[in-house]
Amino acid sequence: MKDVRIIEVKRSVFASNEERADLLRQELKKKGIFLLNLMSSPGSGKTTTLVRTIEALKNTCRIGVMEADIDSDVDARTIAEQGVLSIQLHTGGMCHLDAEMTRQGLQELEKENSGQTGPVDLAILENVGNLVCPAEFDTGACKNTMILSVPEGDDKPLKYPLMFSVCDVVLINKIDVLPYFDFDMERCIQNIHKRNPQAKVIPICARTGEGVDDFAAWLTDEMRAWKEEEKSHA
Amino acid sequence: MHELGIVFSIIRDVEEVAKENRIDKVDGVRLRVGEVSTVIPYYLEDCWNWAVDRTDILKGAALHIDTVPAVTFCGGCQKTYPTVTYGKICPHCGSEDTWLQQGDECVIQEIEVSE
Ligand SMILES: Nc1nc2c(ncn2[C@@H]2O[C@H](COP(=O)(O)OP(=O)(O)OP(=O)(O)O)[C@@H](O)[C@H]2O)c(=O)[nH]1
Ligand SMILES: [Mg+2]
Ligand SMILES: [Zn+2]
Repeated sequence: MKDVRIIEVKRSVFASNEERADLLRQELKKKGIFLLNLMSSPGSGKTTTLVRTIEALKNTCRIGVMEADIDSDVDARTIAEQGVLSIQLHTGGMCHLDAEMTRQGLQELEKENSGQTGPVDLAILENVGNLVCPAEFDTGACKNTMILSVPEGDDKPLKYPLMFSVCDVVLINKIDVLPYFDFDMERCIQNIHKRNPQAKVIPICARTGEGVDDFAAWLTDEMRAWKEEEKSHA
Repeated sequence: MHELGIVFSIIRDVEEVAKENRIDKVDGVRLRVGEVSTVIPYYLEDCWNWAVDRTDILKGAALHIDTVPAVTFCGGCQKTYPTVTYGKICPHCGSEDTWLQQGDECVIQEIEVSE
Protein backbone atom coordinates (compact mmCIF):
# COMPACT_ATOMS: atom_id res chain seq x y z
CA MET A 1 0.00 0.00 0.00
CA LYS A 2 1.10 3.50 -0.76
CA ASP A 3 1.76 5.89 2.07
CA VAL A 4 -0.32 8.99 2.01
CA ARG A 5 1.12 12.29 3.10
CA ILE A 6 -1.27 15.00 4.23
CA ILE A 7 -0.45 18.64 3.68
CA GLU A 8 -2.48 21.11 5.70
CA VAL A 9 -3.74 24.00 3.63
CA LYS A 10 -6.60 25.68 5.58
CA ARG A 11 -7.21 28.23 2.87
CA SER A 12 -10.64 29.74 2.51
CA VAL A 13 -11.95 29.63 -1.02
CA PHE A 14 -13.85 32.88 -0.53
CA ALA A 15 -10.92 34.57 1.22
CA SER A 16 -8.56 33.62 -1.57
CA ASN A 17 -10.90 35.27 -4.08
CA GLU A 18 -10.93 38.34 -1.85
CA GLU A 19 -7.12 38.41 -1.82
CA ARG A 20 -7.03 38.18 -5.59
CA ALA A 21 -9.64 40.92 -5.80
CA ASP A 22 -7.59 43.23 -3.54
CA LEU A 23 -4.50 42.57 -5.63
CA LEU A 24 -6.38 43.35 -8.80
CA ARG A 25 -7.65 46.60 -7.26
CA GLN A 26 -4.06 47.61 -6.47
CA GLU A 27 -2.91 46.81 -10.01
CA LEU A 28 -5.80 48.78 -11.48
CA LYS A 29 -4.87 51.70 -9.28
CA LYS A 30 -1.32 51.66 -10.66
CA LYS A 31 -2.65 51.58 -14.19
CA GLY A 32 -5.27 54.24 -13.51
CA ILE A 33 -8.16 52.05 -14.64
CA PHE A 34 -11.39 52.51 -12.68
CA LEU A 35 -13.39 49.28 -12.70
CA LEU A 36 -17.16 49.33 -12.23
CA ASN A 37 -19.06 46.09 -11.64
CA LEU A 38 -22.65 46.21 -12.89
CA MET A 39 -25.04 43.55 -11.61
CA SER A 40 -28.75 42.75 -11.90
CA SER A 41 -31.16 39.98 -12.78
CA PRO A 42 -31.52 39.09 -16.46
CA GLY A 43 -33.31 41.70 -18.53
CA SER A 44 -33.47 44.49 -15.97
CA GLY A 45 -31.68 46.83 -18.35
CA LYS A 46 -27.91 46.54 -17.86
CA THR A 47 -27.01 46.84 -21.54
CA THR A 48 -29.53 49.62 -22.23
CA THR A 49 -28.25 51.56 -19.21
CA LEU A 50 -24.67 51.05 -20.35
CA VAL A 51 -25.47 52.44 -23.79
CA ARG A 52 -26.97 55.56 -22.17
CA THR A 53 -24.07 55.92 -19.75
CA ILE A 54 -21.57 55.63 -22.60
CA GLU A 55 -23.45 58.37 -24.50
CA ALA A 56 -23.09 60.59 -21.45
CA LEU A 57 -19.42 59.88 -20.77
CA LYS A 58 -17.66 58.92 -23.96
CA ASN A 59 -16.37 62.43 -24.66
CA THR A 60 -14.82 62.79 -21.23
CA CYS A 61 -13.18 59.39 -20.72
CA ARG A 62 -12.00 56.29 -22.53
CA ILE A 63 -14.37 53.44 -21.81
CA GLY A 64 -13.99 49.68 -22.19
CA VAL A 65 -16.79 47.22 -21.53
CA MET A 66 -16.61 43.52 -20.66
CA GLU A 67 -19.79 41.60 -21.34
CA ALA A 68 -20.40 38.36 -19.47
CA ASP A 69 -23.02 36.84 -21.71
CA ILE A 70 -23.35 33.14 -21.21
CA ASP A 71 -23.50 32.08 -24.81
CA SER A 72 -23.78 34.97 -27.23
CA ASP A 73 -22.12 38.19 -28.22
CA VAL A 74 -25.35 40.17 -28.60
CA ASP A 75 -24.53 42.63 -25.80
CA ALA A 76 -20.87 42.98 -26.78
CA ARG A 77 -21.99 43.98 -30.30
CA THR A 78 -24.55 46.45 -29.00
CA ILE A 79 -21.82 48.12 -26.98
CA ALA A 80 -19.29 48.05 -29.83
CA GLU A 81 -21.84 49.96 -31.93
CA GLN A 82 -21.48 52.81 -29.46
CA GLY A 83 -17.91 53.21 -30.66
CA VAL A 84 -16.27 52.05 -27.45
CA LEU A 85 -14.02 49.12 -26.77
CA SER A 86 -15.96 45.98 -25.99
CA ILE A 87 -15.18 42.32 -25.41
CA GLN A 88 -17.21 39.26 -24.54
CA LEU A 89 -16.06 37.23 -21.56
CA HIS A 90 -16.29 33.51 -21.91
CA THR A 91 -18.09 32.46 -18.79
CA GLY A 92 -18.78 28.90 -19.88
CA GLY A 93 -22.19 28.86 -18.24
CA MET A 94 -20.94 30.20 -14.92
CA CYS A 95 -23.37 32.07 -12.68
CA HIS A 96 -20.88 34.68 -11.50
CA LEU A 97 -17.48 36.17 -12.26
CA ASP A 98 -14.65 36.03 -9.76
CA ALA A 99 -11.53 38.16 -9.53
CA GLU A 100 -9.43 35.82 -11.67
CA MET A 101 -11.94 35.79 -14.52
CA THR A 102 -12.18 39.57 -14.30
CA ARG A 103 -8.41 39.88 -14.53
CA GLN A 104 -8.41 37.73 -17.65
CA GLY A 105 -11.16 39.89 -19.12
CA LEU A 106 -9.14 43.03 -18.44
CA GLN A 107 -6.14 41.48 -20.18
CA GLU A 108 -8.26 40.79 -23.24
CA LEU A 109 -9.54 44.34 -23.10
CA GLU A 110 -5.94 45.59 -23.03
CA LYS A 111 -5.05 43.41 -26.01
CA GLU A 112 -8.05 44.71 -27.89
CA ASN A 113 -6.92 48.21 -27.04
CA SER A 114 -3.30 47.82 -28.15
CA GLY A 115 -2.24 50.34 -30.74
CA GLN A 116 -4.63 52.92 -29.32
CA THR A 117 -3.53 56.21 -27.83
CA GLY A 118 -3.77 55.19 -24.20
CA PRO A 119 -5.32 52.77 -21.77
CA VAL A 120 -8.98 53.03 -20.85
CA ASP A 121 -9.84 55.13 -17.76
CA LEU A 122 -13.10 53.37 -17.12
CA ALA A 123 -13.68 49.64 -17.46
CA ILE A 124 -17.21 48.40 -16.92
CA LEU A 125 -18.07 44.79 -16.24
CA GLU A 126 -21.60 43.68 -17.14
CA ASN A 127 -21.79 40.74 -14.74
CA VAL A 128 -23.89 37.60 -15.28
CA GLY A 129 -27.63 38.26 -14.85
CA ASN A 130 -28.26 36.89 -11.36
CA LEU A 131 -29.08 38.47 -7.98
CA VAL A 132 -27.42 35.82 -5.82
CA CYS A 133 -24.04 34.50 -6.91
CA PRO A 134 -22.35 37.67 -8.25
CA ALA A 135 -22.92 39.33 -4.87
CA GLU A 136 -20.77 36.70 -3.18
CA PHE A 137 -17.67 37.15 -5.32
CA ASP A 138 -15.60 40.31 -5.18
CA THR A 139 -14.48 40.99 -8.76
CA GLY A 140 -11.82 43.52 -7.81
CA ALA A 141 -14.03 46.41 -8.89
CA CYS A 142 -13.61 49.88 -7.38
CA LYS A 143 -17.38 50.31 -7.11
CA ASN A 144 -20.43 48.08 -7.43
CA THR A 145 -23.70 49.10 -9.02
CA MET A 146 -26.87 47.07 -9.34
CA ILE A 147 -30.02 47.64 -11.29
CA LEU A 148 -33.45 46.75 -10.00
CA SER A 149 -36.21 47.22 -12.55
CA VAL A 150 -39.76 48.15 -11.63
CA PRO A 151 -41.43 44.93 -12.88
CA GLU A 152 -39.26 42.87 -10.49
CA GLY A 153 -41.00 44.38 -7.45
CA ASP A 154 -40.07 46.58 -4.48
CA ASP A 155 -39.52 43.60 -2.16
CA LYS A 156 -36.31 42.42 -3.86
CA PRO A 157 -34.01 44.12 -1.32
CA LEU A 158 -35.62 41.94 1.35
CA LYS A 159 -35.31 38.76 -0.68
CA TYR A 160 -31.76 39.29 -1.94
CA PRO A 161 -30.18 41.24 0.95
CA LEU A 162 -26.56 40.45 0.11
CA MET A 163 -26.76 41.92 -3.38
CA PHE A 164 -28.17 45.16 -2.01
CA SER A 165 -25.64 45.32 0.80
CA VAL A 166 -22.58 45.09 -1.49
CA CYS A 167 -23.75 47.88 -3.81
CA ASP A 168 -22.65 51.50 -3.72
CA VAL A 169 -25.43 52.54 -6.07
CA VAL A 170 -28.80 51.01 -6.82
CA LEU A 171 -30.39 52.16 -10.07
CA ILE A 172 -34.13 51.67 -10.18
CA ASN A 173 -34.82 51.24 -13.86
CA LYS A 174 -37.92 51.28 -16.07
CA ILE A 175 -39.66 54.01 -14.10
CA ASP A 176 -41.71 54.67 -17.26
CA VAL A 177 -43.79 51.58 -16.45
CA LEU A 178 -44.47 52.56 -12.80
CA PRO A 179 -48.18 53.22 -13.56
CA TYR A 180 -48.68 49.60 -14.55
CA PHE A 181 -47.14 47.95 -11.50
CA ASP A 182 -47.80 48.06 -7.76
CA PHE A 183 -44.17 49.07 -7.23
CA ASP A 184 -43.92 51.53 -4.33
CA MET A 185 -40.81 53.70 -4.76
CA GLU A 186 -40.80 54.93 -1.15
CA ARG A 187 -41.10 51.43 0.22
CA CYS A 188 -38.40 50.18 -2.11
CA ILE A 189 -35.95 52.86 -1.00
CA GLN A 190 -36.74 52.05 2.63
CA ASN A 191 -36.12 48.37 1.96
CA ILE A 192 -32.78 49.15 0.31
CA HIS A 193 -31.68 51.38 3.20
CA LYS A 194 -32.67 48.73 5.72
CA ARG A 195 -30.02 46.50 4.12
CA ASN A 196 -27.54 49.20 3.24
CA PRO A 197 -27.97 52.69 4.74
CA GLN A 198 -25.08 54.05 2.59
CA ALA A 199 -26.50 52.97 -0.76
CA LYS A 200 -27.26 55.77 -3.19
CA VAL A 201 -30.52 55.19 -5.01
CA ILE A 202 -31.14 56.70 -8.46
CA PRO A 203 -34.43 56.12 -10.31
CA ILE A 204 -33.85 55.99 -14.07
CA CYS A 205 -35.49 55.17 -17.35
CA ALA A 206 -32.81 53.69 -19.57
CA ARG A 207 -35.22 53.65 -22.50
CA THR A 208 -35.49 57.45 -22.60
CA GLY A 209 -32.30 58.28 -20.71
CA GLU A 210 -34.10 59.98 -17.82
CA GLY A 211 -31.98 60.00 -14.66
CA VAL A 212 -28.92 58.53 -16.39
CA ASP A 213 -27.12 61.89 -16.11
CA ASP A 214 -27.33 61.60 -12.32
CA PHE A 215 -25.67 58.23 -12.53
CA ALA A 216 -23.02 59.54 -14.94
CA ALA A 217 -22.36 62.43 -12.53
CA TRP A 218 -21.97 60.04 -9.62
CA LEU A 219 -19.56 57.91 -11.65
CA THR A 220 -17.52 60.96 -12.69
CA ASP A 221 -17.26 62.11 -9.06
CA GLU A 222 -16.21 58.65 -7.90
CA MET A 223 -13.57 58.38 -10.60
CA ARG A 224 -12.21 61.79 -9.70
CA ALA A 225 -12.10 60.97 -5.99
CA TRP A 226 -10.35 57.69 -6.75
CA LYS A 227 -7.73 59.45 -8.88
CA GLU A 228 -7.13 62.03 -6.12
CA GLU A 229 -6.69 59.25 -3.59
CA GLU A 230 -4.14 57.75 -5.95
CA LYS A 231 -2.14 60.96 -5.99
CA SER A 232 -2.21 61.40 -2.23
CA HIS A 233 -0.86 57.86 -1.82
CA ALA A 234 1.92 58.32 -4.34
CA MET B 1 -22.89 27.30 -12.51
CA HIS B 2 -21.77 28.54 -9.11
CA GLU B 3 -19.94 25.35 -8.17
CA LEU B 4 -17.89 25.29 -11.34
CA GLY B 5 -16.39 28.68 -10.56
CA ILE B 6 -15.59 27.48 -7.06
CA VAL B 7 -13.99 24.29 -8.37
CA PHE B 8 -11.77 26.32 -10.70
CA SER B 9 -10.67 28.50 -7.85
CA ILE B 10 -9.96 25.47 -5.62
CA ILE B 11 -7.89 23.94 -8.42
CA ARG B 12 -5.92 27.19 -8.75
CA ASP B 13 -5.21 27.23 -5.02
CA VAL B 14 -4.22 23.56 -4.87
CA GLU B 15 -1.92 24.00 -7.86
CA GLU B 16 -0.22 26.87 -6.04
CA VAL B 17 0.22 24.82 -2.87
CA ALA B 18 1.53 21.86 -4.89
CA LYS B 19 4.08 24.10 -6.59
CA GLU B 20 5.26 25.55 -3.28
CA ASN B 21 5.72 22.01 -1.95
CA ARG B 22 7.29 20.69 -5.17
CA ILE B 23 4.54 18.13 -5.66
CA ASP B 24 3.47 17.06 -9.11
CA LYS B 25 0.59 14.74 -8.25
CA VAL B 26 -2.23 15.31 -5.77
CA ASP B 27 -4.42 12.31 -4.86
CA GLY B 28 -7.13 13.98 -2.84
CA VAL B 29 -8.43 17.25 -1.44
CA ARG B 30 -10.39 17.68 1.77
CA LEU B 31 -12.81 20.59 2.03
CA ARG B 32 -14.85 22.02 4.88
CA VAL B 33 -18.13 23.28 3.52
CA GLY B 34 -20.61 25.22 5.65
CA GLU B 35 -24.32 24.43 5.48
CA VAL B 36 -25.09 27.99 4.40
CA SER B 37 -21.99 28.57 2.28
CA THR B 38 -24.15 28.54 -0.90
CA VAL B 39 -22.02 25.62 -2.09
CA ILE B 40 -23.96 22.45 -2.81
CA PRO B 41 -21.74 19.39 -2.25
CA TYR B 42 -23.52 17.26 -4.84
CA TYR B 43 -22.95 19.81 -7.61
CA LEU B 44 -19.46 20.48 -6.36
CA GLU B 45 -18.54 16.80 -6.81
CA ASP B 46 -19.96 16.77 -10.31
CA CYS B 47 -17.99 19.82 -11.35
CA TRP B 48 -14.92 18.49 -9.57
CA ASN B 49 -14.90 15.21 -11.49
CA TRP B 50 -15.29 17.05 -14.74
CA ALA B 51 -12.69 19.72 -14.04
CA VAL B 52 -9.84 17.77 -12.40
CA ASP B 53 -9.47 15.45 -15.37
CA ARG B 54 -8.55 18.51 -17.39
CA THR B 55 -5.53 19.24 -15.19
CA ASP B 56 -2.16 17.51 -14.84
CA ILE B 57 -1.60 17.69 -11.09
CA LEU B 58 -5.12 16.75 -10.03
CA LYS B 59 -6.15 14.19 -12.63
CA GLY B 60 -8.40 11.62 -10.92
CA ALA B 61 -8.03 13.28 -7.50
CA ALA B 62 -10.70 12.49 -4.91
CA LEU B 63 -12.77 15.18 -3.23
CA HIS B 64 -13.72 14.72 0.43
CA ILE B 65 -16.27 17.11 1.89
CA ASP B 66 -16.80 17.66 5.62
CA THR B 67 -20.00 19.56 6.30
CA VAL B 68 -19.95 22.31 8.91
CA PRO B 69 -23.31 22.96 10.60
CA ALA B 70 -24.54 26.56 10.53
CA VAL B 71 -24.89 28.15 13.97
CA THR B 72 -26.32 31.58 14.74
CA PHE B 73 -25.54 33.59 17.87
CA CYS B 74 -28.18 35.80 19.45
CA GLY B 75 -27.14 39.18 20.85
CA GLY B 76 -30.45 39.39 22.73
CA CYS B 77 -30.05 36.32 24.95
CA GLN B 78 -26.45 35.28 24.22
CA LYS B 79 -27.51 31.79 23.17
CA THR B 80 -26.88 29.95 19.94
CA TYR B 81 -29.25 28.04 17.68
CA PRO B 82 -29.20 26.10 14.39
CA THR B 83 -29.46 28.59 11.53
CA VAL B 84 -31.05 26.31 8.98
CA THR B 85 -34.04 25.52 11.22
CA TYR B 86 -34.75 28.99 12.63
CA GLY B 87 -33.23 31.56 10.25
CA LYS B 88 -32.75 35.14 11.36
CA ILE B 89 -35.07 35.22 14.39
CA CYS B 90 -33.89 33.71 17.69
CA PRO B 91 -36.12 30.79 18.81
CA HIS B 92 -35.17 31.40 22.47
CA CYS B 93 -36.14 35.06 22.82
CA GLY B 94 -37.50 36.28 19.47
CA SER B 95 -34.71 38.81 18.95
CA GLU B 96 -33.59 39.77 15.43
CA ASP B 97 -30.21 40.94 16.69
CA THR B 98 -28.52 37.74 15.56
CA TRP B 99 -25.47 36.87 13.51
CA LEU B 100 -23.96 33.82 11.94
CA GLN B 101 -21.21 32.24 14.00
CA GLN B 102 -20.19 29.47 11.61
CA GLY B 103 -21.47 27.71 8.54
CA ASP B 104 -20.71 30.06 5.65
CA GLU B 105 -17.20 28.80 5.07
CA CYS B 106 -15.70 26.89 2.20
CA VAL B 107 -12.15 25.96 3.19
CA ILE B 108 -9.50 23.82 1.54
CA GLN B 109 -8.50 21.88 4.64
CA GLU B 110 -5.76 19.60 3.37
CA ILE B 111 -4.42 17.81 0.35
CA GLU B 112 -3.36 14.17 0.12
CA VAL B 113 -0.23 13.12 -1.67
CA SER B 114 1.05 9.55 -2.00
CA GLU B 115 4.74 9.09 -1.32
N1 LIG C 1 -39.97 50.13 -20.62
C1 LIG C 1 -38.67 50.06 -20.47
N2 LIG C 1 -37.99 49.04 -20.99
C2 LIG C 1 -36.65 49.01 -20.81
C3 LIG C 1 -35.95 50.01 -20.08
N3 LIG C 1 -34.65 49.68 -20.06
C4 LIG C 1 -34.52 48.53 -20.74
N4 LIG C 1 -35.73 48.12 -21.21
C5 LIG C 1 -36.01 46.93 -22.01
O1 LIG C 1 -35.77 45.77 -21.23
C6 LIG C 1 -35.25 44.72 -22.05
C7 LIG C 1 -33.96 44.20 -21.47
O2 LIG C 1 -32.97 45.21 -21.49
P1 LIG C 1 -31.41 44.93 -21.53
O3 LIG C 1 -30.72 46.24 -21.48
O4 LIG C 1 -31.08 44.00 -22.64
O5 LIG C 1 -31.24 44.16 -20.16
P2 LIG C 1 -29.98 43.37 -19.59
O6 LIG C 1 -30.02 43.49 -18.12
O7 LIG C 1 -28.74 43.82 -20.28
O8 LIG C 1 -30.34 41.89 -20.03
P3 LIG C 1 -29.41 40.59 -20.01
O9 LIG C 1 -28.04 41.01 -20.47
O10 LIG C 1 -30.08 39.65 -20.96
O11 LIG C 1 -29.42 40.11 -18.60
C8 LIG C 1 -35.09 45.29 -23.43
O12 LIG C 1 -36.22 44.94 -24.20
C9 LIG C 1 -35.05 46.79 -23.18
O13 LIG C 1 -35.51 47.54 -24.28
C10 LIG C 1 -36.73 51.10 -19.54
O14 LIG C 1 -36.22 52.00 -18.90
N5 LIG C 1 -38.07 51.05 -19.74
MG1 LIG D 1 -27.28 42.67 -21.27
ZN1 LIG E 1 -32.21 35.16 21.69
